[in-house]
Order: sequence, then structure tokens, then C-alpha cells
Amino acid sequence: MNTKRAHSKNSAATTDFVTVMIGGQLFGIAISQVQDVFSPQAITRVPLAHPEIAGVLNLRDRIVTAIDVRVRLGLPPRAKGEPCMAVGIEHKGESYGLIIDNVGEVLSVPVADFEDNPANLDERWRQASSGVYRLDGNLLVVLNVEHLLEFGRLAA
Amino acid sequence: MDDLLREFLTETSENLDVVDLELVKLERDPNNKDVLDKIFRLVHTVKGTCGFLGLPRLERVAHVSETLLGKYRDGQLTVTPSGITLVLSSLDRIKAILKDLEANESEPAGDDGELISQLEAAATGAEVAVARASAMPGKVAEPAAQKAEESQEASQDVDLPPQDLGRPLKPGEVSLDELEQAFRSAGAQPMNDAAAHAATPDTASAQPRGDAAKGEGSVAQQSIRVNVDVLEDLMTMVSELVLTRNQLLEMVRRLDNSEFKVPLQRLSNVTAELQEGVMKTRMQPIGNAWQKLPRIVRDLAHELSKKINLEMIGSETELDRQVLELIKDPLTHMVRNSADHGLELPAVRRASGKSETGTITLKAYHEGGHIIVEVGDDGRGLDIARIKTKALERGIVSEAELQRMSDAQIAKFIFAAGFSTAAKVTNVSGRGVGMDVVRTNIELIGGTIDLVSKQGQGSTFIIKIPLTLAIVSALIVETAGQRFAIPQSAVLELVRARPGSEQRIESINATPVLRLRNRLLPLVYLSDVLGLESEKAKTDEAYVIVSRVAGQTFGIIVDTVYDTQEIVVKPSASLLRDIEMFSGNTILGDGSVIMIIDPNGIARAVAHDAAGDQKGEEVQGHASALRRDETTAMLIFRAGSQEPKAVPLSLVTRLEDIEVNRIETSNGRILVQYRGRLMPLVFVSPSQNLKSEGRQPILVFTDEDRAMGLVVDEIVDIVDDRLKIELSGENPSLLGSAIIKGKATEIIDAAHYLTLAYDDWFVRHSDHQTRNAPKRILLVDDSAFFRNMITPLLESAGYEVVATDGAENAFKLRDEGVPIDCIVSDLEMPGTDGFAFAMAVKSDENWRELPLVALSSLQSAQDVERTRDAGFDTFVNKTERHRLVSVISDALNRGAAAA
Repeated sequence: MNTKRAHSKNSAATTDFVTVMIGGQLFGIAISQVQDVFSPQAITRVPLAHPEIAGVLNLRDRIVTAIDVRVRLGLPPRAKGEPCMAVGIEHKGESYGLIIDNVGEVLSVPVADFEDNPANLDERWRQASSGVYRLDGNLLVVLNVEHLLEFGRLAA
Repeated sequence: MDDLLREFLTETSENLDVVDLELVKLERDPNNKDVLDKIFRLVHTVKGTCGFLGLPRLERVAHVSETLLGKYRDGQLTVTPSGITLVLSSLDRIKAILKDLEANESEPAGDDGELISQLEAAATGAEVAVARASAMPGKVAEPAAQKAEESQEASQDVDLPPQDLGRPLKPGEVSLDELEQAFRSAGAQPMNDAAAHAATPDTASAQPRGDAAKGEGSVAQQSIRVNVDVLEDLMTMVSELVLTRNQLLEMVRRLDNSEFKVPLQRLSNVTAELQEGVMKTRMQPIGNAWQKLPRIVRDLAHELSKKINLEMIGSETELDRQVLELIKDPLTHMVRNSADHGLELPAVRRASGKSETGTITLKAYHEGGHIIVEVGDDGRGLDIARIKTKALERGIVSEAELQRMSDAQIAKFIFAAGFSTAAKVTNVSGRGVGMDVVRTNIELIGGTIDLVSKQGQGSTFIIKIPLTLAIVSALIVETAGQRFAIPQSAVLELVRARPGSEQRIESINATPVLRLRNRLLPLVYLSDVLGLESEKAKTDEAYVIVSRVAGQTFGIIVDTVYDTQEIVVKPSASLLRDIEMFSGNTILGDGSVIMIIDPNGIARAVAHDAAGDQKGEEVQGHASALRRDETTAMLIFRAGSQEPKAVPLSLVTRLEDIEVNRIETSNGRILVQYRGRLMPLVFVSPSQNLKSEGRQPILVFTDEDRAMGLVVDEIVDIVDDRLKIELSGENPSLLGSAIIKGKATEIIDAAHYLTLAYDDWFVRHSDHQTRNAPKRILLVDDSAFFRNMITPLLESAGYEVVATDGAENAFKLRDEGVPIDCIVSDLEMPGTDGFAFAMAVKSDENWRELPLVALSSLQSAQDVERTRDAGFDTFVNKTERHRLVSVISDALNRGAAAA
């Protein structure tokens, strides 16, 4: 893993998140859900798939479905050549790679700083997020992995 | 014990366990239609099976509880706890009878009258006084209840650990009820079962102790039962191994003189063998699933007073055992339906001019990476009018919708849940449970079901099951800069299309087509169906993959074709599974992931592209397959006389209308400039003249780069009819006469005219034929598994294959005069082995010259040496199947060069 593991306060009242940047916004994915962080290479596009699906790739001989989180959140697409990273997660026995802009540290955030999604949040974001942490000078949006991967059914 | 009975026992007890669970669920949630449906189906299955096996007691009990459940399901009665209790007790009764059945292989005598009348009463809506029973499930299972107290005590035993077995053991004074009770309590512990046996007067001496309970044990001694999960895991691991092997091979290929080469080759061989071995463990001939059908059909025929003949074709077709298990029940249902609903009574059949004996045909074969199973009958066909009425009644469809639907679409309503067209509910089927169960089960394994029905001629159900084999041979192709895999099994041939050549992509109203052997092949751009933007101009050079699936032949246009690879099919992620163009994905040797094309999806896209009612055409296609006599499309025209003449349409490349003033005469021959060349024109009859003005209709025949125009007076019609040439006259220009559309029609011999246009046409033609006609390969291998594996491999490479199981039958083929171009033989065979066979071939007058290829898993240098000595030209290891095709083509070419 190429994340720097931040010190954990070992307090019962904190949760650990792998932080990622997507379109300038800080997001957190529960560390328990993260299997890998990798630099996605040789993504095979899948014709006729939902636009959110960036394609499939081979990660240590497993076929991983890559989800472009920017598209999923309705953000403008990444410019050509702009670097990206991927967070490997497992959901219902299948491997997914969430394509994001870059990966930050692992943060332990106090549970007390958690808040539900603001009511005026965009619908796509509300689906994909389970709430917000108020950090010093920043907001951390918690990615809800289950919902993030449910667009297929929603679209259908 | 009878296999059939054993299977029945296992199945039924599994089903009953499920019903138990579901009933409990239902009691809690009486309005849950799904649960009710499920219970109903299970009980229906139990009843059905009992009926076939001649178990009247079981059948009656199951029948009445089914009736009650049916009323619940249709909403005629509301589910009450006492009703559920009743059903539960009938299940307990069934279980008790089953226990006895297991021990004695016959149904015990006994009276279920009270239980049945209770169930019947409940079914009529009377709230039976079973309040007491409802408090204690199982209690009502006690028939007659002559010994109420004892029974109650016994029924409690069921719920308690079976420690109190003392009482039923008392010899001499056991009533049947107590006996049943004993068996029921015994169910929890096989030991007690044996004890109970000992107590049974009629089994105590005759039956070895615990025979039934140990019945499974004797089977276990003959073979090892392996959990399917273990095989699945094994297969997954082998798949991974194959992938890794492919990657290693790819890496080492790039290195010169690597020391890894030899051990890697060995690893490769072992992997391939392992793969085959594991695959073999999973394959079973479909005949295994058909085994019990003849008996079922016989019993049914008896029961229904019908005469039924069951034909089974392709029972050796192998399929994955898991799939086999899953289609067994649907198949039984369908055969039962055919016998019950499809076939008519002998008198009716006689009246409608058919033979008294109706035929049910089961047919299995591989097609386009799928296994097709057809269940057909030559009965009355589906009653479309009745289906309409029923569909309206059930509110499945509105009158307006119905108006717009074709008969074929209407027929499909029989797959809807709760749909039954049988006018009267019979014991065999007809409660509207069969076909929707069938559909559900088949769709569960990713298959599809379709049907073709013709009023008065019968119906055929076509089940299509996907190939679940994890490892397949696939063609790697590229379009729009992306690579895809196409399963080899769907590929008939590869055609390279170039602009300006004979094989070029043409288009009709922007729809691409290809002329292939004088037929038009519909084409589809892979990039189009996948919605990809191709940078390549569509007029450029391209490859056409000729595929055949679902009775449809079409070509897929791709930019490039790479090689054939053994790929490991991995199911697509669930997010991608709804894309019907792909059947999965795989990792190639170079580590990249590619999608595997589902030819069926492409076929559907082709059909959608083709204008018109695709469904209708599909059904027509099947319908024509149903007819015994193949029809031929004939082009009817007039030339020289008023009598109609005809030529098979397939021979005609084009119909042209040429302006008369374009027709020229040169050196006594009439010619026309056609597509930049001179095309000779030939008259059909000497009495014919060219039109003096306007346009002259001609029929164009082509072969390779030559074309010939046949001058006709008038093109009359194109008809599809049976071609039966009845009279063959002296006239060399005629094949004979036939009745077409009620008129005597002269069938012209196109070949005759072709020679008039070009003297050497047939010289060239026959030359061309030998060059391109498929070579016939004789495959000799004692293992059906290998024959089945290799045959399609060779066929997909364009060869015709005659497979046989040994030297003896091979020589029989020679004696029958079957022409052979090349022999591929196994080495280790019972009887005459490959070495002896090779020597025999080499000393055979007819076969001496044939290329002889050894195919074996032997691989030591000595073995290879021995094959040479025996007369084999080449040696191919069984594990290098991919090499076989190239070796054969080399051998044939060498043979041709030598000749």
C-alpha cells in the first residue's frame, strides 16, 4: 500500500478512513472496506456498459471492475493524461476498483464529528455518501460503497 | 433398490423438507403468494412423481393436499392455521409412507381415509374442527385415531429426541398406525430405523437389518461421492492454473533458449491433462437425465389410454453435471405435458389422419456454444384460441394488446405463472404449474426456452442451455482497436474480405452482406453492435467470422483476427451481466482482460437489424425444421414457350434487367458488359429470341470470377415448394419435370448452360471443388470424451470429421467406401492399438497414401520413435490440441504436394 498510515489514536470514539480526493473534494472510505490501493493500468473498456464503469482490469490475476467515481458523482471527466489512482474494494464477493484522483493518508476521525448529509446535497451525492465529518478546515464526505455500486439497478 | 425408486426417495424427502420450512413461513405470512406458489409446485412435483411410480397411497394424499393448496393459491380460500396443520399432517403421512417404502420397496397398506376427507372438507371451504390438532402439529397425521391416546403419545415423540422407542417395539401387537409412527420417530436416528424394522412382522426375518438405512452405503462403495462444490473449487483452481500457464508460456516465448522451456512444456502438458481430467469429472451424457423417461412415458400412456412412442436422439451429448441435474425436472415436466396435453387419443388421431401412435421426440445437440434440448410431439399443437381466452381471463393481457400479437407470441403465455389450458384438471398435469416451473428452472441456469406449435401438427419446446464449461477455445479478434474473444464453437469459418475481390462486403440499403458460395450472408459490424466508433473505413479490408447460432447463420465483421487461445471463462461482474453481447470475460496470456462475445447476443442484434418481425421469422425457421420434407425456393420463369420453367433460386446469383441495346455480338456469341467484364449470354431454348427493344431479363450465375447470363422471357415467381423431380427426359438441358404450384414445370439443369457459356467451366469447377471442398478426417479414439472434444475442434477448422472408436470400425468405414483424406488415431486403444492400426493402414491398398497423425498422451521419445516406425507421419500430444489443426493441414498439404 502506498498510503502512509497515520497514527491511530486508539480511542474507541474514532473511525479510520482511507482518504481520497475526487474533483477537489475530500472523501473517506471506511478502512475496513479497502483491500488495496493501486495505480490502475491497462483498463479494458467494456462496450455498452454504464458510463460509470470505466472498464475491467487485471489486478494480480483477478478481474476487477473499475468504477469511475467522478462519473458516478456527476463530476466532469478527468482530463486526458491526468493521473488517477484506484481503491480496491470487495462487494458481494466481487472485486471493484474505485477510480479516484488520488489517495491521501489514513485518518482517524472522532465519531462525534459525524453529521448526516446536508439536505441540499445533490441527489447523486446523497446516494453515494452516508454522511459528512467536520474536520479542521475541511469536510470529509463518507463514501457509501454499497450505494455507490448500485447505479446499475437504479438506472434500470 | 431400483434406481428410479432411490432417486425418488432422495428427491422427495428433500422436497418435503423444503415444503415443511415453507409452510411454516406461510403460516406466519399467509398472504405471501411466492411462498404459496413454491409450496404448491413442490407438492405438485411430489404428487406427479408418486403417480408415475405407481404409489397410489402417496399420490392420493398428495393430490388432496395439492387441491387444498391450489385453492389457497387461487385465492378461493384464505390460509388458516388449521388448514396449514392439515397440510403439514399430510406431509407427515407422506414421510411415514416413504420411510416404509425405503425399507420394503413397496407402499405399506393403510387407510388415509380420514386425513383425505379432512383435507377434502377443508378444500370445500368447511372449517374443519381441527382446533386440537392445530395446537399440536403432526397429530392429525394419525389416521383413524383408533388409539387416540397412544397416538398422541407417539406424535409427541416426533418432537422429542427419539429415546422412547420401547412401545412400538412390542412384537405382535403393532398396528399399522403405530408402525408408521415408529418410522416417523425413527427418521431422526437411523439406528432406531433398524430397530423398528426388527419389530415389523413382515420385515423382521426377510429383510437384513438396516438394509434401507444402509442403502446409500452400498452405492458409496462403488464410487466416491464428491460434493459438487469440491469439483467447482477444483475447476476454479485448474482455471487459475491454466491462466498462469498461459502467462508463463507467453513470457518464455519471448526468450530465446530459455532453460525454462523444457520444464514449462512439461508443466503445460500436465496442466492440460489436469484440466481435461477435471472437466471429465463434470461431464455426463444427457442420457442419464433421460433414463427414467421411457418408464414414465409408458406408465403415462397406460394411464391416459394413449399410444406413445418416445424417441431419444443425441443422448450421448455431454453436459456439465450441474446443469444436467437442473434440467432433469423441467424435462420430465415437459415430456409429461406433451403426453398429457400434446398428444391426442388414438381415436382422435385416426380421425385426423395420423397414426394412432403419437411420438414424443427428445433431441439434444451442441450449437454455438450452447446445448439445445428439444422436446417435441406430433400431437394437436397448442390451442391458440383457448390460450387467448385464458390470458384474458387471468388478466395477463388486454384485448387490445392481444389483437396486436402474433400466434407465436400468444403461445408463449403458457410460460406465465398459474396458466393452464387443459380443460379438465387431470392427475398428470394441468394445474398450471408445469410450464412456469420449467421456465423458472431453465432461466435459473441462464438458459432460455422457446416453443413452436402448429395446429394439428404438434408442438416443440426448445431449451437452450449455456455452455458452462469454464475453459473454452476462443478466437481473439480486434475491432475499433479493442480485442474480444469469440468462442470457437460458434465459428463456422473465417473469410477475408477485400474490396474489389470476389469476397467483398457489399451493402443493400446500408446493410452489409457477403456472397458466400452463391448465397447472401447477412453481416454485422462488431463495432456497430458494441456501439464502438471504428476509425477504419468500412470499405477497408476486414475479416468476416461466419457464425451459426440459434439456426441463424451470419457473419461478424472484425478488423483483425489474431489467434485461437484456450481461455478461462470468468463470469462478468454483476454490473456487467445485463449486457447481452458478452458471456463473460477472461485474462489473456499477456495479462490483459478481454470481454468474451456471446454469439447469441450478436445473433439477436442481427435479427433486430433485419427488418420485419424477427420473432415471426425465427418461429418460421423452426417450423420449417418441423416439417419432414425440406422445401426448396424455386425461381419460375418462361423462356421460349408458355410452359413454366424453374431453377433452384440458390443457384442464381442475381436477377438482372439489361437494356437490349447494351447486348453485343462478338465472334458469334452474345455478350454483355457486366461489372466491367464481358459476360456471355445463353438462351434457354433455341426457339428463343432477344427482345427487340426495352429491357431483357436475365438470370446471372457466377462462380469465382466468371459470370454467365441466362436469357429468359419473363420471370414469373419465386415459390417455396417441395422439389420432387418426377420425370427425367432425354433433353440434356433439363433435370426433369416437377409439379410446382399445381403446374407441370420443367426444371432446367443450370450446369448444362454453364458449359455452353464456358467449355471449361466444370473442369475449373471440379478443380476448385477439390481445392476447397472440406477434407474428411477419420478420427480413431476409443474415448468418447476425446472424440467429442476433438471433433468440434476439427470441424471448426473447416474439416469434416468421421469419428470412430477403434480400428475395427475404421476399417468398416473403408469397406463402406467412405472417402477419407487424413487419419488421426489414438495410440492406446483396447484391441488393435494405434501402432497396429497404423501398420494395417500403411499396408492397405486404399489407405496407404493417407497422411496418418498419431494423437496420444504418450510422450516419451521412444514412444514418438515407435509411432514413426509404425508408419505415422506425425505425432501430436493430446495435450497440444491447438497444434493438431496446423499439423493436419501440414500433413494434407504435404500429401497434396507429393501426389
